[in-house]
Amino acid sequence: MFELIRPDTQFDFVSKMKAAVIASVAFIAIGMASIVYHGGLNLGVDFAGGAVVQVQFQKEATTDGLRSALDGVQLENSTIQAFGTAENREFLIRTPETAADLKLLTDRIDSALAKAFGAGTYEIRRVEAVGPKVGKDLSRKAILALALSWAAMLVYIAWRFEFRYAVGGILALIHDVLVTVAVLSLLNMEFTLNTVAALLTIIGFSINDTIVIYDRIRENVKKKIRSDLRQIVNVSVNETLSRTILTSLTVFMVLLALLFLGGPVIFDFSFALFVGVVAGSYSTVFIASPFVLFMERFAPSKRKRK
Amino acid sequence: MFQNIKVRTLIATVITLAAVYCFLPTLYPSLPASVKPYFPSNRIHLGLDLQGGMHLVLEVDTDKALEGTVERLANAVRDGLMEKRVRFRSVERRPDNTIAVELPNREARADLEKVLSDQFPDLEIQSAEAAEGREKISLRFREKRIADIRKTTLDQSLETIRNRVDQFGVTEPEIIPQGDDRILIQLPGIKDPKRAIDLIGRTALLEFKLVDEEHGLEEALRGNVPAGSVLMKGSREKAEGTGTRRDTMYLLKERTLLTGQSLENAQVKISDRFGEPYVAIKFNTQGAKDFDRITGENVNKRLAIILDGAVYSAPVIKERISGGDAQVTGAFTMEEARDLAIVLRAGSLPAPVRVLEQRSVGPSLGQDSIDKGILSTIIGALLVFVFIVIYYRWSGVVACIALLLNLVLLLGAMALFDATLTLPGIAGIVLTVGMAVDANVLIFERTREELRAGKTPRAAIEAGYAKAFVTIFDSNVTTLLAAVFLFQFGSGPVKGFAVTLTIGLVVSMFTAIFVTRIIFDSFTWTRKIEKLSI
Repeated sequence: MFELIRPDTQFDFVSKMKAAVIASVAFIAIGMASIVYHGGLNLGVDFAGGAVVQVQFQKEATTDGLRSALDGVQLENSTIQAFGTAENREFLIRTPETAADLKLLTDRIDSALAKAFGAGTYEIRRVEAVGPKVGKDLSRKAILALALSWAAMLVYIAWRFEFRYAVGGILALIHDVLVTVAVLSLLNMEFTLNTVAALLTIIGFSINDTIVIYDRIRENVKKKIRSDLRQIVNVSVNETLSRTILTSLTVFMVLLALLFLGGPVIFDFSFALFVGVVAGSYSTVFIASPFVLFMERFAPSKRKRK
Repeated sequence: MFQNIKVRTLIATVITLAAVYCFLPTLYPSLPASVKPYFPSNRIHLGLDLQGGMHLVLEVDTDKALEGTVERLANAVRDGLMEKRVRFRSVERRPDNTIAVELPNREARADLEKVLSDQFPDLEIQSAEAAEGREKISLRFREKRIADIRKTTLDQSLETIRNRVDQFGVTEPEIIPQGDDRILIQLPGIKDPKRAIDLIGRTALLEFKLVDEEHGLEEALRGNVPAGSVLMKGSREKAEGTGTRRDTMYLLKERTLLTGQSLENAQVKISDRFGEPYVAIKFNTQGAKDFDRITGENVNKRLAIILDGAVYSAPVIKERISGGDAQVTGAFTMEEARDLAIVLRAGSLPAPVRVLEQRSVGPSLGQDSIDKGILSTIIGALLVFVFIVIYYRWSGVVACIALLLNLVLLLGAMALFDATLTLPGIAGIVLTVGMAVDANVLIFERTREELRAGKTPRAAIEAGYAKAFVTIFDSNVTTLLAAVFLFQFGSGPVKGFAVTLTIGLVVSMFTAIFVTRIIFDSFTWTRKIEKLSI
């Protein structure tokens, strides 16, 4: 039998909880500081409004050439960035500017490019233009979706397990989202609709992980073999450890495939997922499970199981 | 429940075949006509990010429509008062869409109220004050009517845009209202987004007005526009030779004689003399009658043809025109003329629209994304397969069969539900592969534990499946909960992701638990197995 984790492994996870919480809180604090330092999250056009234009040139073009073309139409505050590999001659133009009517904004960019490089020498491959009204709507919907998904899981876990489990699980989820956001901010990566989709997926993945361990704790509590909850939590985490690692590994593998082969359009999405999956596996073991113990101290389980 | 292996195998086979059957039309869109009727018409659609196309959110300026209605109503009230010989000093529309009526004395108020209740049940008196012997009365629309007007404006805009898109020729367009004043438009496969926006977003209000030839244009340009006349810009005409365009101004009579509503048809024609395209319009019966009368009454005067507030041409009426044919010229390119004919045929928008959100993807980028998506799915799946087989040996092979089946069923289910596959949707499939294997990992780890505890392979498998089931169920339900919110929240691509993730999870419960169990059972039940390759 090929085993990553020997069946008799008895790692004391619970004793590491304090250190883990401190590490997590410290990391999240650094992330928050980074958000403040950057003056908020680096919101993409989906939330902040503005336009992203992906353009591919037939001949050689430089970011400087693009910049001077855009200066002519009062879009000098745009950022221009080479996109993908160099031989693609692709660029991303981001404009924070928004207009009440976005048709005018994209027309302006198009005509500036046509004037500087000649019509037909480039192809506008992608346009994403979002007005301020829609941006505000999307932000509201994103926050609502995250909060509601947390609430729904709280209810489900509280129903299937116990309320203290639910709180631990949700804390772990909030932890995962915050850690991912912190990493994105530290790398100054853009926060887009796809990022929110990634966060919601992370929530789904991480809770999946957490439930597996909770399920084992629930089962071992029922068995009543070991009365000490601390012992039970430790044993349960250890018993499910190889599964936690295996599943994380398989998900890593597919995410790596997406990261390296999925192309630049989906890179940010895959990256956020990747960070979240790492954070999720960690929080399941070090945050969610020991938290059940932590709650026990304040509110001991009332109904001792049969 | 299903003790009999044969029955279970039959169920699994039927479901798999059904999935293949559903997926075939997607895989081979051009099935021969002889077999086509036997296959479902449902298939997987490609999202805009994969096949290229445009996503638009428009805002209909319903305020403008309301203003127009109030303006017309104010005029109607004025006419109504005149007809009933009620004395009044003025009737004006105010910017807040109320109508200010000034009456010379208190007695006139009763008359006004009578006119209102007889002819204008939609208006109510908001406030009235008497000052210096005059009565100042402010009228407003009833709330319900305002909501009606807004709704009608949105409905009409939708209808018009639908007409235009249909005539433009887009396959599977999606045009749906959003909220009170927004329209979501999805146009797959559009190659020229700019042209499409021009076509959809244009108000296309066609008007005919007489040119004011009694007053001088020069004088009006200096700021003295005579009462009952308006200044209007000409459409951009090509100046001879230079190729640049210049603006011309026209002084027109304010009254609109005819509008595009009286049109029956509009077609592109090529002029014999210059070889330039123009749009030939044909009025409907009433419009033709009106046009006949108007031209008859105004021979030798100039009639301006105005589109969206710009004068396209102002030809002299040489003689009475019967039959209801006219033409709009204006140095069009063939494409411009064709689009103009489309918008004229489809009718004008009741109010201006603004683009709130535009996302478009070119077809080449879409193809790139498809290629990369498929590549990463294959590589990702292969990595998982290799890993699982190394780790679990023959049991791993069983898990891989389940994964493959999972992909087939996922695609079949997506086709059945007419689902849309987007780029994040492909990521969802890849992720499903990663997560679907989780169910098998849970089962196998459990089985290993039971084996270690000294159970026979058959008993260990039984216990492994039984104990892992609760875990798999609980963990998948919570993930599904997250996917549901993703679906609720998501627009376009994100929604596609939620769809594949949801279907993938449900399908994985079936393949990872039901199908693998059949394989294991058929081995452990039929022969005596000493050692399990797990």
